[in-house]
Amino acid sequence: MADETTQRAELRRRVADFLAAHDPAATERSAFLQARYDAGLAWVYFPPGHGGSGLPRALQAEVDRLFAEAGAPDNKPESNGIGLGMAAPTILRFGTEEQKERFLRPLWTGEEVWCQLFSEPGAGSDLAAVATRAVRDGDSWVVNGQKVWTSGAHNAAFAILVARTDPDLPKHQGITYFLCPMTDPGVDVRPLRQITGEAEFNEVFLTDVRIPDTQRLGAEGEGWKVSNATLNNERVSIGGGAVARESGMVGVVSRTWREHPELRTPELHDRLLRLWVDAEVARVTGRRLRQKLALGQPGPEGSAAKLTFARLAQQLSGLELELLGEAGLRYSDWTMVRPDKVDFTGRDAGYRYLRAKGNSIEGGTSEILRNIIAERVLGLPAEPRVDKDIPWKELRK
Amino acid sequence: MSDLNLLTTDVEADLRSVVRDLLADRCDPAAVTALYDGDRSIVAELWKVLAADLGLAGLLVPEERGGDGATAVEAAAVLEELGRAVAPVPFLTSAVVATTVLLDSDSELLAALAANERTAALVVPLSAAPHGALPALRVDADGRLTGTVTSVAGALEADVLLVPAAAGDGLAVYAVAAADAVVAPVVSLDMTRQLADVTLAGATGELVLADGEGAVRRALAAGAALLAAEQVGVARWCLQTTIDYLKERRQFGRAVGGFQALKHRLADLFADVESADAAARYAAVTLAAGDPDAEIAAAVAQAYCGDVAVKAAEEAVQLHAGIGMTWEHPLHLYLKRAKADQIALGTPGAHRARLADLIDLPAAAS
Repeated sequence: MADETTQRAELRRRVADFLAAHDPAATERSAFLQARYDAGLAWVYFPPGHGGSGLPRALQAEVDRLFAEAGAPDNKPESNGIGLGMAAPTILRFGTEEQKERFLRPLWTGEEVWCQLFSEPGAGSDLAAVATRAVRDGDSWVVNGQKVWTSGAHNAAFAILVARTDPDLPKHQGITYFLCPMTDPGVDVRPLRQITGEAEFNEVFLTDVRIPDTQRLGAEGEGWKVSNATLNNERVSIGGGAVARESGMVGVVSRTWREHPELRTPELHDRLLRLWVDAEVARVTGRRLRQKLALGQPGPEGSAAKLTFARLAQQLSGLELELLGEAGLRYSDWTMVRPDKVDFTGRDAGYRYLRAKGNSIEGGTSEILRNIIAERVLGLPAEPRVDKDIPWKELRK
Repeated sequence: MSDLNLLTTDVEADLRSVVRDLLADRCDPAAVTALYDGDRSIVAELWKVLAADLGLAGLLVPEERGGDGATAVEAAAVLEELGRAVAPVPFLTSAVVATTVLLDSDSELLAALAANERTAALVVPLSAAPHGALPALRVDADGRLTGTVTSVAGALEADVLLVPAAAGDGLAVYAVAAADAVVAPVVSLDMTRQLADVTLAGATGELVLADGEGAVRRALAAGAALLAAEQVGVARWCLQTTIDYLKERRQFGRAVGGFQALKHRLADLFADVESADAAARYAAVTLAAGDPDAEIAAAVAQAYCGDVAVKAAEEAVQLHAGIGMTWEHPLHLYLKRAKADQIALGTPGAHRARLADLIDLPAAAS
């Protein structure tokens, strides 16, 4: 891969030049991040003009590492996972030039945080059943409905939204994808308290929310296709994240094991080693998946990584509580708070155990992912879809 | 591991397709099944084509010593294909393990292996782990070797045996003509890699390594790392064959592969096999690169892939149901190979125990 070696060397030189011109210690945070975006050093695999340099995706880790080593501010990716992981690649793929120009830069710098208005009380696994209505009114759309399980809605400036624009068509065909302003007075965000005690998610009520037609992503009626691209990116961003060995939950449990010899038992040792191996294999599998992704768009294969990630997070966090024994019986704090970021491995072991239960539900349940793998990767017969060809308005709700 | 490529290279893809085509042509499941009834005629013929005509015997031998100078990555590609066809050939035992022992020696035997003039086997039980106990035969003052090693793989196909013998605190390795040993075939769980008990009674041999324990352990480690690729091949065949069958088999008026109870099991198995593939590849890539992570990578691959191959074969039997229990369907060949491979070169548990040391997760104090 001589070509990539050359690209890597060139990239290092550009980062060094940039840092020479923008001293991280002397430049204001958002100005620094905007300049980094404009220099094409934000997401380097994006095209020039949109924060990138058209380089292989594999080089992203390199550029992030170089900036981190120089003590540069980052764009707080943990606070804008949906923006960076899902909204941005979807806008890049389906957006107009004007939309890319307007939204990508403040999204990357973190000035505008994004959330996702997909799931509804009546449309969870069956996302295509969304009932939130968007009705055309001149140059804009008027949206009414209720969304749920919306992480970060209380901090978000914008949302990716799917809404029904034609109830006379079968359910997959009448959906359109929008970039929804969360600052509209018709948006009402209410915290949804979870089993951890905190409210990381929200319910979002939309009442006569106005979205200009220029913030429609993709054609009218194309929302299902666009949202599938988002969901494939979501599964990759949930399942394919960690890079260093012992990242995430396995690292937390391994540290506890090393620091507390008095807690060790032969039975827990065997289980820990098995899970350590599984986590290491998942890490290498994720690395290979990212090398594949560097060559193209994420496909349904990312679903397998997400399936494994959820199982491991649950088994490891469960093991950690048993390892802790008496201390595992205590919980840090049940107070209702609204955290600013999604944190799977933060707080205490009890929190990790409870939060990990969401890993096999959010972003597609493990059961839906198994259907996706079986049907789209393995080519097995699809589930019977009795409602596929019936106009949405005639379906039993 | 930042620069290691985990994707298939063009060279490897070409090699893989040549081996696959040849096996499709020359490794008929019926002829493999016949091994269980004592007909071993397929073995010599198939190995001649692979070793001599394709030159696989010398794959891991450097060019200056008469081989191909390929790496563990290409050897892994070959082993995956051999696993997929459950091919009964001594590639792992001669071209990987015995060859790796001889890389540390200046014996001419290495060139003879590369040229497929000779086929060799390391005389250790197939179950021997790279970091476990090793057999050591007695050697007297005249250099005569005496002792028995049981359950040796590749000995039946070999004309030269690499025999570990006690030498002070360490091990010496002698090359002994198979004709000078008693090689007694064993009725084996996996007859596609049939074992033998090897007895030497005062046989003489060529001293190939006076201080050979390191070479023997390195050879077993390379074997273990690459066995993972064979296990992936076995698992892939089982998965794909089961998918194909469940698309065809109809009950209750539908293809049974449409039932969630079955398709979810296949989806889980797919995730496991993809993971095993990545683990095996990482082991091969680090071995080929001489990467410091190679030992951990091999232990991880062996702790993982052996279980996945067994699971794939066991799921295949269950999901094929009645036909999966028959002698006629080739599935049982894969189940037996998968189970034997799980024990070969250290069980998953043995590799996990080794890993505990390597990654500093110590056992509970007893």
